[in-house]
Amino acid sequence: MNTAPSPVFEARNLQVVRGGSLILNVPSLAVSEGEILVLIGPNGAGKSTLLQTFSALAKPSRGEILFRGKRIGADIPVLQYRRRLAMVLQEPLLFDTTVYNNVASGLKIRGMKRDEIEPVVAKALERFGIAHLRDRSARTLSGGEARRASIARAFATNPEVLLLDEPFSALDPIMRETLIEDLEHVLRETRITTIFVTHDRMEALRLATRLGVMNTGEILQTGSSDEVMNRPVNEFVASLVGVENLLHGKVAKKNEGSFIASVSGQDIEAKGPMESGDSVILCIRPENVSLSDVVSGNSVGTKNMFRASVVRITPMGPYQKVQLNCGFPLVTYVTGHALSALSIKEGTAVLASFDSTAVHVIKKGPPDDP
Amino acid sequence: MDLIFEGIKKAFSLLVSFDPEVLGITFLSLKVSGTATLISLFIGISVGASVALTRFPGRRIVVSLINTGMALPPVVVGLFVTISLWRNGPLGFMGILYTPLAMIIAQAVIATPIVTGITLAAVQQLPAKLRLQILALGATRLQMLWILIKEAKLSLLAAVMAGFGGVISEVGASIMVGGNIKGYSRVLTTATVMETGRGNFDVAIALSIILLLLAYLINLVLTQVQQRERRR
Repeated sequence: MNTAPSPVFEARNLQVVRGGSLILNVPSLAVSEGEILVLIGPNGAGKSTLLQTFSALAKPSRGEILFRGKRIGADIPVLQYRRRLAMVLQEPLLFDTTVYNNVASGLKIRGMKRDEIEPVVAKALERFGIAHLRDRSARTLSGGEARRASIARAFATNPEVLLLDEPFSALDPIMRETLIEDLEHVLRETRITTIFVTHDRMEALRLATRLGVMNTGEILQTGSSDEVMNRPVNEFVASLVGVENLLHGKVAKKNEGSFIASVSGQDIEAKGPMESGDSVILCIRPENVSLSDVVSGNSVGTKNMFRASVVRITPMGPYQKVQLNCGFPLVTYVTGHALSALSIKEGTAVLASFDSTAVHVIKKGPPDDP
Repeated sequence: MDLIFEGIKKAFSLLVSFDPEVLGITFLSLKVSGTATLISLFIGISVGASVALTRFPGRRIVVSLINTGMALPPVVVGLFVTISLWRNGPLGFMGILYTPLAMIIAQAVIATPIVTGITLAAVQQLPAKLRLQILALGATRLQMLWILIKEAKLSLLAAVMAGFGGVISEVGASIMVGGNIKGYSRVLTTATVMETGRGNFDVAIALSIILLLLAYLINLVLTQVQQRERRR
């Protein structure tokens, strides 16, 4: 009953070397049926190389890729494999013809008959809300419409695996939002196994059933969104998933199941089996830091609580980013309403607090020798 | 002035009366240059697209040779084709010197580098990732090549115009390999040269007008197609 579903897709000891340097190194990665694996990473992290290698558009220097247990290029011919997946690249790359012909192109390539193509294309156009554009030239489409056409083209071939390479980059926020919403809907409905790469955290969280973080050609961590967001394995992952407070400190005192770390002379309580003297990085998501005014805030209780001065307030859309100095730097986000309710301005004194359970601890290494 | 006026008058009378000799010369010009252009399209598009899509040692040298070939002087082509087809030349056994076929070969040699060069530039200008996208759609390499050529079709129409324009107006090679034989290998350009030499300016003007009209009409049609495509 509890057997894990066999992977649709598996990479083993995959390495890509270009110009003498290792640009992709994936010892192992498996993607299960129906899973939406979203890989986030900065530009140059190897995300596109990974997708191109997975889609057999680029040859790995070492290792192999298995599709439903068959080695690509050995047990299953590359062309046959490519025809079972679909890929959407960063740019829409539509052909200079009508929207209909664009969406039909993958099916024509597969030698499907005209009358069989028609209903499939009609459905794909409908699904992505571009049925009214079917006879329009692809050249005349707006950015958002072109993306829809390129995604519809990928879906029309009814792929077993969908590979998406930042398809929403360079779209304005409103278009992006509606397109993500539509894609999310279609992905949930069709349950197509998907690998999606992006550098946008919010996009990733919207779509992922599993989240991965990439940098310098390696997958640093994969797990549920909650796991990666709240329990990053290292400082890089932490900063990439939005943990803006990364405090370097040393364990000063060990308690039962928790410890006190000293950060810039301040004591911070956190949970975890650490030993005295351990060097640690305390990761605190800014949304887990609360602010209260100095007078009323004393009742907060067991939380880590610090007197802080407001260094800077930066508007960030619906929230205000508040940078604090508690002896160590701390960042939090509050609404504009909360800011005025607490009369917080740059220079004001406040109380900043966060629970010890909200602190994720990364152990840096063995205790330093005296 | 009279000379020109008389020439134009004669030209129109030749045109309006559908002079059989003039018609024959015109049809042969179209046949020779049209066939040569078709051959050059077949070779030029295949070679141009292949060179555009592949990387190999010495590629730059090949590309610069193609570009040089775009300005190949017709008399040089005429000379080498003549030598090749000469009775004791390497292709002399074919016995086709001073025939329309020899003219087609010479004109195809002139037009092919033009078509190749323009195709090369056109295919290279397509986004590099387009190839990946086509392959990702499940295309074979041949299907990819065909789609890329279709994507570059507007530029390829320019290649047709340049190739055809180059050969319909060339005279050096045609006269050398065709021999300008009356009723057999005489085309508009070679006839114009001959009539001018004889002082028959009226006939020469008539032939020139036909040549210009022909070139204009064909380019008009191709331009229409090109601009309609662009508007779509």
